[in-house]
Amino acid sequence: MNFIVCIKQVPGTTEVKIDPRTNTLIREGVESIVNPFDSYAIEEGLRLKERMGGKVTVISMGPPQAESALREALSMGCDEGVLLTDPAFAGSDTLATSYTVACGIRKIGEFDLVICGKQAIDGDTAQVGPGIAEKLGIPAVTYVKKIEEIDEAHIRVERMMEEGYEVIELGIPALITVVKEINEPRLPSLRGMMRAKKATISIWNAFDIGCQRDRIGQPGSPTIVNRIFTPPPRKGGELILGDPEEQSRKLVDKLREAKVI
Amino acid sequence: MGIRIVEDKCTGCSLCVKACPFGLIKIISREEVAKPHPKYKKIAVIGEGCNLCGACLEPCSFQAILIEKEEAKLRPDISNYKGVWVFSEQKKEKIQGVVYELLGEGRKLAERLGEKLSCVLLGQGMDEGAKELIAYGADRVYQIEGSILRDFQDDPYTDVLTSLIEKEKPEIVLMGATAIGRSFASRVAARLGTGLTADCTELAIDVESRQLLQTRPAFGGNIMATITTPHHRPQMATVRHKVFKKAIKQGNRQGEIIKESVENRTLSLRTKLLNMVEDITQTVKLADADIIVSGGRGLGAPENFRIIEELARSLGGAVGASRAAVDAGWIPYSHQVGQTGRTVCPKIYIACGISGAIQHLVGMQSSEIIVAINKDPNAPIFKVATYGIEGDLFKVVPALTKRLTEVLE
Amino acid sequence: MDYFLSEEQMMLRELARRIAEEKIKPVREHYDETEEFPWPIVEELAKADLCGVYIPEEYGGTGGGVLELCIAVEELCKVDGGIALVLAATALATFPILLFGSEEQKKKYLPDIAAGKKVAAFALTEPGAGSDASAIQTTARREGESYILNGTKCFITNGGEAQIYVVIAMTDKTKGSRGASAFIVKKDTPGFSFGKKEKKMGIRSSPTRELIFNECKVPKEDLLGKEGQGFVIALKTFDASRPGVAAQALGIACGALDDAINYSRERVQFGQSISSFQAIQHLLADMATEVEASRALIYATARMIDRDPKARVTKEAAMCKLFASDVAMKVTTNAVQVYGGYGYMREYPMEKRMRDAKITQIYEGTNQIMRNEIALALIKEAARIRK
Repeated sequence: MNFIVCIKQVPGTTEVKIDPRTNTLIREGVESIVNPFDSYAIEEGLRLKERMGGKVTVISMGPPQAESALREALSMGCDEGVLLTDPAFAGSDTLATSYTVACGIRKIGEFDLVICGKQAIDGDTAQVGPGIAEKLGIPAVTYVKKIEEIDEAHIRVERMMEEGYEVIELGIPALITVVKEINEPRLPSLRGMMRAKKATISIWNAFDIGCQRDRIGQPGSPTIVNRIFTPPPRKGGELILGDPEEQSRKLVDKLREAKVI
Repeated sequence: MGIRIVEDKCTGCSLCVKACPFGLIKIISREEVAKPHPKYKKIAVIGEGCNLCGACLEPCSFQAILIEKEEAKLRPDISNYKGVWVFSEQKKEKIQGVVYELLGEGRKLAERLGEKLSCVLLGQGMDEGAKELIAYGADRVYQIEGSILRDFQDDPYTDVLTSLIEKEKPEIVLMGATAIGRSFASRVAARLGTGLTADCTELAIDVESRQLLQTRPAFGGNIMATITTPHHRPQMATVRHKVFKKAIKQGNRQGEIIKESVENRTLSLRTKLLNMVEDITQTVKLADADIIVSGGRGLGAPENFRIIEELARSLGGAVGASRAAVDAGWIPYSHQVGQTGRTVCPKIYIACGISGAIQHLVGMQSSEIIVAINKDPNAPIFKVATYGIEGDLFKVVPALTKRLTEVLE
Repeated sequence: MDYFLSEEQMMLRELARRIAEEKIKPVREHYDETEEFPWPIVEELAKADLCGVYIPEEYGGTGGGVLELCIAVEELCKVDGGIALVLAATALATFPILLFGSEEQKKKYLPDIAAGKKVAAFALTEPGAGSDASAIQTTARREGESYILNGTKCFITNGGEAQIYVVIAMTDKTKGSRGASAFIVKKDTPGFSFGKKEKKMGIRSSPTRELIFNECKVPKEDLLGKEGQGFVIALKTFDASRPGVAAQALGIACGALDDAINYSRERVQFGQSISSFQAIQHLLADMATEVEASRALIYATARMIDRDPKARVTKEAAMCKLFASDVAMKVTTNAVQVYGGYGYMREYPMEKRMRDAKITQIYEGTNQIMRNEIALALIKEAARIRK
C-alpha cells in the first residue's frame, strides 16, 4: 500500500521567547525541528508499511532548508522524500497550503492513505489536514488515536473526542490526522541516517506540480496577517510567605477576596 | 510582491534579526551589497524562505521593512454577504456550551455591523434546541433536520452547511474550536475557498471596512496575530470554549425558526460512525473546569498525585499535569496541559511542582488566577503566577486542602 | 575541540547521545539498584544499528572500526558507565573472532552479535590468574572431534547473560605461554554452568559471574585460530579493546565534568554561585584539560588501529587506557567534591560515577600492568633504533 506522510519544519518554540525589554520575539539559536505531531505521523506510516507492505513517501512544503526535516523522516525509515519549494509559495495561508500540498500529492501519484500530524506548533491551526482532504476529494478523520483495522479498501479508526472516542470506518483512499496517543516515534537507526544522507529528495516547484498561480502563495490566501504584536506580558504577582499553614491560610483568604471560591 | 528592506531607512541595528522566528535575517556590511549610505555602515538582508509572517515589522523602529501585498486581479463580489452566523454544535441533542458563548460575542459583532445574528443547527429532534438558541440571542435559527444529521459526520454536515452558506450568503460564520468544529470548519472553508482563522481569542469589527478582525496566538502563544479575510466571504473563525462569556438567556425573546428536512436529499457519506465510547475515568473534565490543580515533575512519583487529587476534590476542580509527569507515566495524557496537550483557561490554575517551561505556560497562561507552589524560587512559573508559594509542595498542598475543607464546610 | 570526525561519525555520535538521553537516562538508577541486565537497552541499541558499529558490513555490521566503537561507548557512558558495557564487553569478546576467526566462524557468530540478538563475553581471568594471566589453570584436552574444557573463570563481565563466550584455556601445559588456546563456547553447552554473581562497588547493572567448566565438550570447529595461539589472541584483542575501556572512562569523566560545571553555576553559597570561586574554577579547569587530553589520546590511537590493523599499537592502547582511567577516577572524585554533600547522596547521579570509574583502572589489565607494557615497549623501541 502507498502511504503519504505530510510534515512541516517548524521553529523549536522552546527557544522562542519574548524579550521583556523590547516586548518582541527573540530567538536564541532557534533550531528548526520536525513538527512534533508529524513525528507521530511518520511513525504511524512506518508501522503501517511494516504491517501491510508498501511504501512511505514523505512530503513537505517549505523553504529549501526544510530538506533536513525530510532527511530526518527518511532516516527513520521512510522510502522517498518530496520537497515542495518555490518563492511563489511564500505567504501561503492554510487554504493555499492545502491546495499546494494536494497538488504535490497528486503528482506523486496513486496513494492509499495520507497521514498528517494533528497540528503544527507554529501555526497551531490544525486546518491543513482537513483542507488537503477536501482538495483531494477524499474522506478524512482527525485526531486519530488508533488504527483498528486497515486493508486495501477500508480503514477503521478510533477518533479522540473530548469525552471519549468514536469508532469510524472510511474507504480508502483517505486522510487521517493523528494525535500523540497513537504511538511512540522510533529513533533513527545508523543505517537509516546514512541512507538518508545519500538519498535523493525530489524538489518540485509550482510549475512542476501544476499549480494555478492565483491559488498559491499570497494571491491564493484569503486570510492575511494584519498585525503581529506581543501580548502584554503577564506579570508575576505576589509571593506568599510563611510556613505551610500560614501560606495556606493567606492564599485561601486571597482566593475568597477574589471571589473565585 | 513580498518583503523588502527599505534601503535608505535601515540602520543595521539588528533588532529584526532576533525577532525572526526562522533566523533568516542577517546584518551585513553595505559594501558587500553595494548599497552605501552616508550614515550607516550595515544593512539587514532577508534570506530565502521568508514566509511573510511579519514578526520583524514591529521591532523595527525605522519602518525599514515593508511587506508588499499583491493585489489579485479578479475579486469575487462580496457586497451581498450579510449577517453573522453561529454554527450550533450539538451532541446527543445537547447544544454545546461554546455555542452560547459565541452567541454572546456574535451579538456584539452583529450589532456593530447592523446585521442579524443567526444560528445553524443540524441534527434530529432539535426543536427544543432551536428555541433555546433564540432565547440566548439568535434572531434566526436555520434548523436542518435529518436522521443522517443526528450525529456529526464530515460529509453530510459539510454538504448541508456549504450549500446553505452559498444560498444565504452570511458575511461571518463562527464555530466552536472543538474536536468537531476545528476539522469541520476547515473542510467547509476549503470547499468554499474562503479564509478561516482558528482558535481566536478576540474578535472585533473594523466598522469602516466591515472586516472581522480575528486575533489569535501563534508560536505557542508567544505572539498574537490579527488576521483578516479582506476579499473572501464568509469570514470564518473558530473560538475555544471559555474564551468568551456566555450570552444571557431571555426566556421571552422572539425569533424566527426556519425548519428544513434533508430526508429527501442525497447527501454524500463516505464515513461510517460505528460506535461512541465514553471515557468515564475523568470525573471533572479538564476542558470545562473552572478550577484546575496540576502536578509536575516535583511530585516525584505517581502515588503522589493523590495529594493533587485531594486538593482538586476539595475545590471541585479537575486534575491536570505537566508533560514531564505524563511522559514519566504517572498520569494519562488526557490530563496533560501545555503545547502538546490541552490549552485551558480556568478561573484558578494551581501548579504544584511544575517549573513553568514555556511549553506548559502556553497551555495555561490565560488562566484568571495562577497559583504556583514550588520549592525552587527561580522556577519560571513564578514569573506568571498571581500568587507564588515557595515551599515544599508535600507540606503546602495538604495544608491547603485542609484549610479549604475547613473553610468550605 | 574539533577531532575532524566524518559526517557518519558525527551522526553516530548524535544517535548514541539520543539513545543515552532518551532511553538510558530514565532507567539508570533502576538498573543500578536492581542489578538487572538491561535487555531493553540492548534492543534499543540493536534497533539503532549500534551493536554492529565496529563489525564489517559483510557480517551484518555498519562497517566502522575502533573509533566508531569508542564514539558510541563514550556517548553512552556520559549518561551511565555500566549499561554501556552490554556493547563494550561484547566487543571485547567479538574482537578475537574478528581478528582470528575463520570465514565460517565469522559468518556463524558475527551477524547475531551485529544485530544485537546475542551478547558476548570474554573469559580469561581466574581466581589464581589476574594480572598473571599465564597462570591460568583451565584446561582443554583434545578428544576425537572435540575439546573437553575443565576449570573455573571468575569476574567475567556479561557472564550468565551472554550467549557467546570466548574462553582461553591451556591445551598444552608443557609449552608455558605458548600452550593456551582460544575457544568459542555457547551458553547451554552441557558441562558449562555459572557460579555466583558478584556484588560490586560500581557498574552494578553489568553482571559479573564465575564460569564453571566441567567436562564441557566444545566442537573442534569452535577453536579460534590455532592451538597455542591463545595468549597471542588475548593480547591482540586487548590492543583493540583497550581504547574501548578508555572510552568508557572518558564518557564517565565527561558526564561528571558537565554535570559539575552546571551544578557549580546553580549552587549559590555566600551570595554567589560557587562557579565564581577560584577553588572551584581551578578544579574544573584541570578536570576539563585532562578529559580533553584523554579524548585526544583515545581518538588518535583508535585512528591508528583503524588505518592499519597490522600496526603495533600495544603501547598506545595501554597509554590511553592508563591515562583515561586515572583521569576518570580523579575527575569523578573532584566532581563529587564540587557537588559537596549532595555529591555523596545516592539521590543525585554523581556518586555513581565515582563508583563506576574505579573499575576502569583495574580491568582489562590493571594500570600497573599498563605501565609495565608501556615501559617495555619504550625500551624495545629504543633498542631497535640503537641498532
